[in-house]
Amino acid sequence: MEKILEVKNINKTYQTPKGEIKAIENINFSIQNGEFVSIIGPSGCGKSTLLSIISGLEEKTSGEIFIQGKKVEGISSEIGYMLQKDCLLEWRTIWSNVMLGLELKGIKTQESKDYVENLLKKYHLYEFKDKYPQELSGGMRQRVALIRTLAIKPKILLLDEAFSALDYQTRIMVTNDIYEILRKENITALIVTHDISEAISMSDRVIVLTKRPGTIKNIYKIEFEEEEKNPITCRESPKFSEYFNTLWKELGVDGNK
Amino acid sequence: MVTNERKLYLQKRRKTKILVATTQILILIAFLGIWEWMANKEIIDSFITSQPSRIWQTLTNLGANDLIKHIQVTAYETIVGFLLGTTLGIVVAIILWWSNFLAKVADPYLVVLNSLPKVALGPIIIIWVGSGTQAIIVMAIAISLIVTILENLNGFLRTDENLIKMAKTFKATKLQILTKIILPANISTFISSLKVNIGLSLVGVISGEFLVSKAGLGYLIVYGGQVFKLDLVMTSVLILGILAGIMYGVVVLIEKFILNSKKFK
Repeated sequence: MEKILEVKNINKTYQTPKGEIKAIENINFSIQNGEFVSIIGPSGCGKSTLLSIISGLEEKTSGEIFIQGKKVEGISSEIGYMLQKDCLLEWRTIWSNVMLGLELKGIKTQESKDYVENLLKKYHLYEFKDKYPQELSGGMRQRVALIRTLAIKPKILLLDEAFSALDYQTRIMVTNDIYEILRKENITALIVTHDISEAISMSDRVIVLTKRPGTIKNIYKIEFEEEEKNPITCRESPKFSEYFNTLWKELGVDGNK
Repeated sequence: MVTNERKLYLQKRRKTKILVATTQILILIAFLGIWEWMANKEIIDSFITSQPSRIWQTLTNLGANDLIKHIQVTAYETIVGFLLGTTLGIVVAIILWWSNFLAKVADPYLVVLNSLPKVALGPIIIIWVGSGTQAIIVMAIAISLIVTILENLNGFLRTDENLIKMAKTFKATKLQILTKIILPANISTFISSLKVNIGLSLVGVISGEFLVSKAGLGYLIVYGGQVFKLDLVMTSVLILGILAGIMYGVVVLIEKFILNSKKFK
């Protein structure tokens, strides 16, 4: 399989009036096309910073990022980004919200409109297209946010604690929803989360970071015997709790230091 | 089906509403009645306090004091001052949002200007722009401008960071962030500064008219006071109150219009 994303020797140091803060140190990893990878680590370990750097929103101090073998600087159009909150604009209809990305990029064509319309239909949101965000449930809003991101046809999707604002049950449902959508659209996903079970249930590999300055402590491959794995069914597998315990310990040791 | 409890609840609600309204009206009638009665019985000196019937006379006899003309002058000055002050304030707020450097530089000046009583600038304004309508309009602007800048800038800066970050992931330019995120997200700030400014502009206009003018309700109040025509003073104050109420009402209508039309896309 081809490598879609390569992260090489990423370092980030913040300058503050009080001094320098090393946020992340020497991060190296790569992701295959279509793979789902999670990043977990103790809070403040720089996992969100790492995601911001990969997306191009934040400057890196040193290092290189390659997408499909091409070095990228700044915000790449191959990358979609989902934040903690759905960030829908309350004053716009659902349709106008999902078109926002295309509008900002100035690539609103008939073709892209058709594409978005199809996505809305496929994921059962088309009938709500003239409604306003406050009329939708948390799970639906999250799906709208996803379609807004998918509208610009990214190859890689970065999710920064994307479901942490939702209540537990909605969150499990949404995780499942988004997982299925991304698999169907054949999109590679890099997920930052503080939730170990979310990391196990969604990904093929889990990257564990140390506490600040964040470096890669370990990378775990997550494999279930079940052919048709999804984030809900895999929670019932005995291997799930094994992985959970391993990762728990991995994070715990650091936390107790 | 309406349940009994619901009926009772609705009845109780209506009762309270009616009770509040009648009490309000009764207080007004009692106040005017006692005032009128005490003036007639010469318990109070109507030369100093005026009295409702004489205020009514002055009010109905509009022509004698050129009341209409004075109302027009004050209304015109207030509206122009209000529009200019609000627009300018928002434009400056946008500029300061755009340039972090300018905002930092302007900060102490804004703070000082904000706490400075603008009426103190009156004589300077008169000398600079001349006495008359323009001085009064400048006064109205001076009073509402700084508050508008501070309030709107504050709103702009407090806009949810996540929305801006989201827009940036789509490579939004600064202008796009301004027009598609910051401004629409701050419609309520904008409306609240409209509401505050209509009152402030009136304060500016009246204090301007106190200082210099040959027309307007402020002029009428000062003039009435100097020649001890309390009927005129009281009538002018009453009209001013009504004028302020009407202008506020118009702003509320504008608010409704904006809130409805924001669902246009």
